[in-house]
Parts: sequence; structure tokens; C-alpha cells
Amino acid sequence: MQLSEKLISSFLAFELDTDINSTIHGIRTSAIKKFEELGFPTRKLENWKYTSLNRVIKEDYTVFSKKKNVLDFKNVKDYFIDNIESYKIVIVDGFFDPFLSQTSHDGLDICIMSAALNKPKYSKIIKKYFNKTANSEDSLTSLNTAFSKEGAYIHVPKNTVLEKPVEIIHFATGNEAALMLQPRNLIVVEESSEVEIIESHQSLTDNPVFTNSVTEIFSEKNSKIDYYKIQDDVVTSSLIDNTYISQKRDSDVKVHTFSFGGKLIRNNLNFFQNDKSINSTMKGVTIIDYDQFVDHHTLVHHANPNCESHQDYKGIYSGKSTGVFNGKIIVDKIAQKTNAFQQNNNILLDDKSTINSKPQLEIFADDVKCSHGCTIGQLDQDALFYLRARGIPKKEAKALLTYAFANNVLESVNIPELKYKVKKIIAKKLGVSLGFDL
Amino acid sequence: MLSIDNLHVSVEGKSILNGINLDVKAGEVHAIMGPNGSGKSTLSSAIAGNESYEIDKGDILFRGENIVELAPEERAHKGIFLSFQYPIEIPGITVTNFIKTSINSNLKARGEKEMSASVMLKKIREKAELLDIDSKFLSRSLNEGFSGGEKKRNEIFQMAMLEPSLSILDETDSGLDIDALKIVANGVNKLKNKNNAVIVITHYQRLLDYIIPDYVHVLHGGKIVKSGDKQLAHELEEKGYDWIK
Repeated sequence: MQLSEKLISSFLAFELDTDINSTIHGIRTSAIKKFEELGFPTRKLENWKYTSLNRVIKEDYTVFSKKKNVLDFKNVKDYFIDNIESYKIVIVDGFFDPFLSQTSHDGLDICIMSAALNKPKYSKIIKKYFNKTANSEDSLTSLNTAFSKEGAYIHVPKNTVLEKPVEIIHFATGNEAALMLQPRNLIVVEESSEVEIIESHQSLTDNPVFTNSVTEIFSEKNSKIDYYKIQDDVVTSSLIDNTYISQKRDSDVKVHTFSFGGKLIRNNLNFFQNDKSINSTMKGVTIIDYDQFVDHHTLVHHANPNCESHQDYKGIYSGKSTGVFNGKIIVDKIAQKTNAFQQNNNILLDDKSTINSKPQLEIFADDVKCSHGCTIGQLDQDALFYLRARGIPKKEAKALLTYAFANNVLESVNIPELKYKVKKIIAKKLGVSLGFDL
Repeated sequence: MLSIDNLHVSVEGKSILNGINLDVKAGEVHAIMGPNGSGKSTLSSAIAGNESYEIDKGDILFRGENIVELAPEERAHKGIFLSFQYPIEIPGITVTNFIKTSINSNLKARGEKEMSASVMLKKIREKAELLDIDSKFLSRSLNEGFSGGEKKRNEIFQMAMLEPSLSILDETDSGLDIDALKIVANGVNKLKNKNNAVIVITHYQRLLDYIIPDYVHVLHGGKIVKSGDKQLAHELEEKGYDWIK
């Protein structure tokens, strides 16, 4: 049976198993209908022109993991950020892990979706925000909505600055021969509040894992959110990350996406500026090899005046790896004085590596500053000689130049321990020891 | 220290150097002068090991060892330093981190222990002072947005930090005003001792007023056509290069 059929036929059982009286029952039902109508996206769609899901969806995934696996912290501690106090939401094979997690209800809610969807005390927030910014016309988002059950739920009330970041980690333990996961996260940051979030997906075996994740983020007036995505999974795992961010006046949201591993990664990162004076930042570093595939699809919808968006994506591709960058910027007629900047720079280290880079600007206002730039090149041979002439061996010199190339994206990482971790991963990816710091 | 024997070098199939012979001993300063296109920079690149330059014939012996097959980094490890005519801008690496990485790479290659942070810092301060370099300058990205003079001063700063046995200064005077030229020349002179050697490559005699050469060679058409003492540089300044061809 094809995966899409399998998913559709399991929906009924899923609904019976969860809660048919749930407030979101109606939303789930229309979502599965939408998926039934659209199916998995194919390359015939403009937005999927460069990306085929065939090699991902061909596996016979288990749609719901039956067993709860227990993880020992000492075996997975490397996947957490070292030396840092943090809230933790840990999901294992789709189930909340209360032992590894560190949730909170102390003047805020850092907990899980299953609780938020079922307990009356959250119903007001769920009603107001759940599935309100996610695109219900998108097939993969709809698929996730239909099966939304577990994930991170974060609600930060007014005037609250979180003193420590939140780590959201989804583990797959390999308890099923092949597993599909559909985490659903909801993050609501109320007026003048601030939060930092680090999200990752980690498979612990070589069994195929396919994650179709949806995250909705609401950044209310004057709030500030730093969101970091670490995508450093094994080569048998694939991830589709659908993130929708709705911003209100004077808010500032930054998303950093570090794509270092996995079989196929597709990031659909969408910003909606629903008021004036909003700042949206998207930064990314992609370093992949072999036949890995990473696709960044960004969308910024400038729907109000005096807003800014900044995009800076760097890609380093080796082997037969392929990258896609598609940056769409829409500036509505009303959105005067918009500043929208987009930059995508790529280095291809091998003859067989590929990047497809495409800016997509739709500007209807006349008093705006919008720019986009894209470069595709190799490491500068003169720079390489310069470093080698100073005694830095070729391999290290290449790594240093690659590091330098990616470095300005790392500069804006505000958590030093995270910056260190990312640098360590990059050094490992480049095959050098972290003998230099930048 | 350096002994070049019948060196022929070509770039992309075009032969540039046609039989260079040169002997540089420890403690000596050699100047290589010549008009544009005579092969001065090709010679420095070939000694430093730039792989875009093909060595067709001849040997480059450094302390008796033939280095033509060695990678640029291996030559650096042996103590050869090239001050670039056009230092490369590398955004994202600070001057300090670049020099740290460079020094420790050299130490590691020689089987020595890495330099401790405090020793490194002390040395950086001392050498920066020698070249009148502001400490703010050291935390900037390598050569990025530097003026021509700052780039050259940064090259000599690296030389001071690495303490090479053989330094090749490729057109270090170009882009320098007279004050900067004096500072750079003073730096080079202070670093000079009986155990190291300097090759100054220059178009003009100006720098040689401050770094006094023991020998002057005139390069023309890929060959050394005349050698002499510092007097030759003055003659060239007066008469130009035409008389020597």
C-alpha cells in the first residue's frame, strides 16, 4: 500500500484512539480531506520543482509507534546543549518522555501538545491559535494537522523574559523498522516577552525515519523570539519542517537553521508580518555531502508598512549533494517603507554537487528597499594559497575558509554554548579538529 | 640558505622565468629589481610554492634540500615566508585568529608544542608595537577593508610573528606612504639578524634607502641580467631599466 493510502486509512483509527470529542476534531477531519485531495507534493508543482519526495515516501513507515521506548540520559546527552540550564521537551518515537524533559507551569507553560489539546485550561489558547497561521491549503501541513497529537506547547504570558532557553528534541529510537513522525508544535509569546528555543530531530539508529513537522509561532506585540533549528540527523532520516510565524507590531523574530545532515530536508519557513514595525530574520548554514539533499523554501509576506526582513543563507556542498534555496518575498501595496534583503551564497566543493537558487520577489508597493543576491562558486584559490603560504595545511586551510564563509551567520547566535556546539559540528563535518576558534 | 639553479617557470603554458640562478646566504639582504612583467612576482610565487606556477626545469634548494616538490605549507614550515604583493581579504577570520592558527600550524608541523595563549598575546602585543599597529586592527577581519598600507603592514606583522629564516618581500613598498614605508622598513631591519635572510622584490629604489641590500639583481625577460651592490639600485633609479637591456 502506498504511504498516502496507508495514512488516510489509519486516520479513523487515530481519531478513535485519541479523542473524537476534542475541540480540534473538526480541524483534523477537514485536514485529512485536504490531504486526500492533494496527496504528497510532486515535482509537477512549482514549489517542488527541484525536490522529489519519492525516495522518502517509498519506505513502509509505521504511522504510529506502538511501544514507548525509554532512553537513558547518559546515552543521549550529546544531543543536548552542554553546560547550560534549559527547559526541555523531549519526545521519543512520538511519545512525551517525562524523565528526560524539564517542563514548567511556573507563570508560563512549557509542556506538551497532548496536554494542551485535551485539558480545558488550555482550550482558550488552542481555540485562538491552533492551526490559525498554518497553511490549510498545503498538503503536508494538512497531513500533520490531521494527525496532530504530540509536540511542544509553549505559552509565555505578557512581560516574561525567559532566563533560560527551551530545548525541543524529537528522538527516534529505531523500535520500528521504519517510522513516520508528525510532531506538532505551538508557540505563543505574548506582549513584550522573550524566548529562545532550540529544536532538533535525532534518529538513534539507521532505520528510516520520516518526520513531517509543523510549528506555529505567534509573536505578539513587542515580543522577541530566537529560534534555532539544528538539523544534524543520520543519513537515513528525512525531515519536512513546516514553520509558520505570525508577527505583531514591533516584534522581532529570528530563525537560524543549521542543516548538516539527514537524507532529505525540506524547510518551509513562512513569516507573516501582520502589523507595522516588524523585524523578521532568517539565517541558515547548510553543509552537506554524499547524496544528501537540503531545500530551503522561505516566504516573507510584508503586509504592513515599515517592516524589515533579512535573509542570509550560506551553503557548502560536497560530493553529490544538492541544495535548493527559494526565497519568496511578497510586499503588498500597503507595505510602504519595507526593507527586505535576501542573500544566498554557495560554495560547491565537488564537480557533482548542485545548488538551485531562486529569488522570487513580488513587490506591489513603490517606496521600498528590496535586494537579493546569490553567488555560487568554489573556494578562492588565491585565498587558499595565502593560508597555505602561512603554514596552514591544505585541509585545514579549506576548513578555515569554509568556516569563515559560514561565520557571519554564526555571529548572530546569542547562546554561546549553542554557538560552540554548532562550531564543533561544523569542524567535525569539515574533518578538522577545533584547533582554531573564530 | 637559498640556492636557485637554472630555474625555468611557466604559467598556463607561457614561460616566464628562463634560467634564474641566485644564491642567498644567511645574514644577507638581496634586492631583485626589474621592470613590470620581468618575472619578479613569478619568482617569489615559485619559491613560496604557488601551484599555479609550473616549474619546468631547475632546482630550488633551501638549506640544501630541493623544495620544488613541496607544498606551500611545507615550505612555510621550513621557514620560508612570502609577504604578498596583494594580500587576500578573508572576511570572517580575524587577524589575531589567523596568526594564531598560522603559528600553531607551523609549530605542530615542526613537532613542537602549541604556543600558550599568554605567550601568544605577549608576542602579538610586542610585534604590533614594533609596527605601530593599533590593537583594534587585530580584531578586524583579515585584510577586509584594509587600506593598501594597512595590508602591507599586516604582512610584515605576520612576518614578525612567524620569524621566518627566509623572507621574500614582494613589492612591499607599493601602496605605502613615506611614514608607513619607514615603519615597515624599520620593522624589517629590527627582525634582521645573522641567521636569517631577506629578498626584497621592488620596482623602485625607494625602499632600498631604508632596507639596505647587500646585493642587487636586475631581472629582465625572465633572467637575471645584472647583479651588483646597492650602488646598482641608484644607477637604475637614475637611468631607468632601458640601458641594461
